[in-house]
Amino acid sequence: MNTNISDTIKISVKDLHKSFGKNEVLCGISADVKEGEVVCVIGPSGGGKSTFLRCINKLEDVTKGQIVVDEYEITDKKVDINKARQNIGMVFQQFNLFPNKTVLENIMLAPVDCKLLTKEEAKVRALELLKRVGIEDKANAYPHSLSGGQQQRVAIARALAMNPDVMLFDEPTSALDPEMVGEVLAVMKELAEQGMTMVIVTHEMGFARDVADRVLFIADGVICEEGTPAEIFDNPQQKRTQDFLAAVL
Amino acid sequence: MLEIIQNFGPTLLEAMGKTLTMAFYSLIFASIIGLIFGVFAVVKNKFLNILAQIFVDIIRGVPMIVLAYFVFFGIPYACKNMLGFNLTLSALEAGIICLSLNCGAYMAEIIRGGIQAVPKGQMEAARSLGLPYLTAMRQIILPQAIRTMIPSIINQFIITLKDTSILSIIGFPELVNSAKGVVALTFKSFQVWAIVGVMYLIIITILSKLAKVLERRLSYEYKHKRHN
Repeated sequence: MNTNISDTIKISVKDLHKSFGKNEVLCGISADVKEGEVVCVIGPSGGGKSTFLRCINKLEDVTKGQIVVDEYEITDKKVDINKARQNIGMVFQQFNLFPNKTVLENIMLAPVDCKLLTKEEAKVRALELLKRVGIEDKANAYPHSLSGGQQQRVAIARALAMNPDVMLFDEPTSALDPEMVGEVLAVMKELAEQGMTMVIVTHEMGFARDVADRVLFIADGVICEEGTPAEIFDNPQQKRTQDFLAAVL
Repeated sequence: MLEIIQNFGPTLLEAMGKTLTMAFYSLIFASIIGLIFGVFAVVKNKFLNILAQIFVDIIRGVPMIVLAYFVFFGIPYACKNMLGFNLTLSALEAGIICLSLNCGAYMAEIIRGGIQAVPKGQMEAARSLGLPYLTAMRQIILPQAIRTMIPSIINQFIITLKDTSILSIIGFPELVNSAKGVVALTFKSFQVWAIVGVMYLIIITILSKLAKVLERRLSYEYKHKRHN
């Protein structure tokens, strides 16, 4: 489906365990994501999908296991996590735009502060990105005056401004009104077609089937089943996967 | 009444000036102390968390009058008799130290609360972009926290301004202390204390109004309006 995939491994996760207190949320997850690959993670709520994603850029401390993204070993205590994160864009369910800054400032902040771009360069890039996500007319607006769909598109532009090699999406459309889901998914699909390496936690099964190169079904802290969208959606092997899909489709 | 204002107005105004001077310096130092301990309370560091907690607990747990006696009399005494050097604090210096510590502790709590009221996703979003913790704090978290903190901070500033009167007990010639002198000379306690009350009232009302303006200016709606 996707001709962008190379053999280079971008994200490597080995035997990932994560506990919150006594509660073990991830119980040994191993997965590799190749350059240009789009991986959708599906599964029941509380099954560990989001935690898995948040471990990849160390928003959650890993209890046990190894995660490597590009040349950065995220699980190494000595890694420069800020440098590593500059390479990993993340988009959140609640958008998390900075309400005290305009759309333009939201996008320019990190590239300028991390000294990747000058102010002028960052502005040019920000406007370019806003055009790409279709809201260049909102550059000087504050986030609270934007619709959810627009806010999420700004959030995507903000993450892209750092020119990351990898993008993580944590249920990017779950907090949106139904009529705004499409515009966000369209931006993501375009990004996928341009060869971005993406890991997407989602409940949008249609989108996963359409865009994913590979689907991971995570439940009870393990990867229950993985395969191409056709394998997972049309011919799931595990009882757990079958039950889940029967409930959501 | 008029007679008192004519004869002692300048004295009382000068004393008011001293009250304001003391409050002004105290509020500056208190803001710095509050910011430091407020941030200490929220960072991911057990030692700093505990340090902030101890500071706040001690200051909150001791009446300011005791703190004032301790700083003005206790500490110079300890320096002379236990540590062997002379330290003299003027009443103004001791007063500023007391008020700064006292107000600082409450400010630390306000700032801690304000920071914690900013949704967790804001810090996560900033960090996920590769911004260091302190940059995220300065650029994203504190500007948002300040908005919710402003009413409480102004409230605390007003309390501290009024608390300068407690420092009359260590002999600093601020408004209450001077008024006592005027009462002793004129025997007109009703008129003098009424005048002093009105003086505080005027200053604090002005301060409250300023706070309201500031609060409105910092709101997103105001910024939004200016942009469109």
